[in-house]
Amino acid sequence: MSGAAIALLVCAILVVWGGLVLSIVAVARRPERSDYPAGGLEDDREDGGVSPRDT
Amino acid sequence: MSTDGAATRHRPREQWTGQTGFILSAIGSAVGLGNIWRFPGVAYDNGGGAFLVPYLVALLTAGIPILLLDYAVGHRFRGSAPAAFRRLWRRLEALGWFQVMISFVIAVYYAAVVAWALSFFVYSFDLRWGDDPAGFFTGTYLQLADVGGADSWVTLDFVPAVLVPLVLVWVVTLVVLGAGVAKGVERANVVFIPLLVVAFSILVVRSLTLDGAADGLNALFTPNWSALGDPNVWIAAYAQIFFSLSVAFGIMITYSSYRRRRSNLTSPGLVVAFANSSFEILAGIGVFAALGFLAHQQGIGVGELEGLTGPILSFVTFPAIVSQMPAGPLFGALFFGSLVIAGFTSLLSILQVVSAAFQEKFGIDRRQASLRVGVVAAVVSVLGFSTTTGLIALDTIDNWANNVGIVASAVLTCVLVVWVRREAPALRYHLNTVSTVQVGRWWYAAVGVVVPAVLGYMLISRIVTLAVDGYEGYASWYLGVFGWGTIVFLVVGAAVLTATRWRVDPDRYDAWPPFPPGPAGGSAGSKNSEVSR
Repeated sequence: MSGAAIALLVCAILVVWGGLVLSIVAVARRPERSDYPAGGLEDDREDGGVSPRDT
Repeated sequence: MSTDGAATRHRPREQWTGQTGFILSAIGSAVGLGNIWRFPGVAYDNGGGAFLVPYLVALLTAGIPILLLDYAVGHRFRGSAPAAFRRLWRRLEALGWFQVMISFVIAVYYAAVVAWALSFFVYSFDLRWGDDPAGFFTGTYLQLADVGGADSWVTLDFVPAVLVPLVLVWVVTLVVLGAGVAKGVERANVVFIPLLVVAFSILVVRSLTLDGAADGLNALFTPNWSALGDPNVWIAAYAQIFFSLSVAFGIMITYSSYRRRRSNLTSPGLVVAFANSSFEILAGIGVFAALGFLAHQQGIGVGELEGLTGPILSFVTFPAIVSQMPAGPLFGALFFGSLVIAGFTSLLSILQVVSAAFQEKFGIDRRQASLRVGVVAAVVSVLGFSTTTGLIALDTIDNWANNVGIVASAVLTCVLVVWVRREAPALRYHLNTVSTVQVGRWWYAAVGVVVPAVLGYMLISRIVTLAVDGYEGYASWYLGVFGWGTIVFLVVGAAVLTATRWRVDPDRYDAWPPFPPGPAGGSAGSKNSEVSR
């Protein structure tokens, strides 16, 4: 392999896989916020959801 | 029927079991056949190592921003594409159904490709293709009709070797969908995505130890810097990123709608986007190392090889490689097994878009939705793509659904949401309020200017090319019916589904957190719910 090809191969791996590792570390360190605004606890559907069919 | 009764008996929205399940499922959706068979050839044709520059620019300025746009819409408005868009702006429901129609059409032929991969997985064990993989794929296996010559353009001559695995793929897919988001889709991804990474990594390591592997990598990574001056190379990079991430046809809206309201969006989005690109780089290394081996065996340069992308790479070139290598059957099984998994997990996500939309609009549960939608899709799939003319139809419909349908969907989404409705500040506020990594104002420029400008150019130039030059030399009436006809089908389908009656009112909905934020973390009614009422 030529020097330029090796350099680009290493560069691609460092940038893209490095980005993956960094983003995984970011999620692992701080999975969720701790300071949400009030509300947002109700996770049921506000729209009434899917009702059993009453035929 | 009583709506009061429905209100008291409502069920909670389905949810992922947690962050990991969501991330793995979203990766399963993004990592598909295109990562394996499209990226390596596109990179090779567009500057080799130098392609990395436009590719990364496209990832940061278009891929991640539009992924976050999809996440924000799906999570803020917690619905399938039609419901979520309708809650954003009543008139956008049609755009949601347009995306659902795209997903339906893609699922119908994507299943066929997964079925081919499944067949070739089996054929790997005894190298069924013999010495002539090209003749085997189109002749013996697909029994491709001589369209435009002795045979008609559309036949109902079924090919049992395709029909059987195709039916199998549909049965398994519908069972998984019917099992629900957490117990079906998520569980499948949690098992299959790690398996895919392991299987494909073994394949890459094996490729790298073959004679000629270095020549293949040299061909892929040697930079041609002059390519960076060519606008078409930049367009190719944006197209690769865009098609690879599974954005703008409802998948990421649907998937993010199954997250709890209080859940992180941006950093999982970064994981998904970088995981998708990481797999592409891995595939590039594996595929080109193997191609280097093939060129070495044939005593030619890598540049003289043909069939470096798409189905021909997978079903003709790779079988040739497998035949020439020691322990070929194992290598073939790893390759086609990886294709099956990558395709299957993407197929699940595509169909979930359709299933979720029908569940919400027609008030049916997930089992009924997967049964009804799935049976229709499966029948169309089998009729259209297990016949001797299936490959021609697939090639044509794929080209229009992707290059016209999805690109138009993305441009419309950006223009209508960002410019016409001016929802970008609310969506950015939403992302930043629930997420750990903050999105800056640059995001407005990305989703408001870069994405619509680049994709708008791609769309117009593609439409002009298709209108003037046709496609692959196919008969113009055929392109009218199966190419442009696909677009007409998408639009008409979207209009009809928008016009049908909601069984459950989708507008009784308050977006959280409210925007603009109220005084003390605010309990003010949201702008969106006021609009929709």
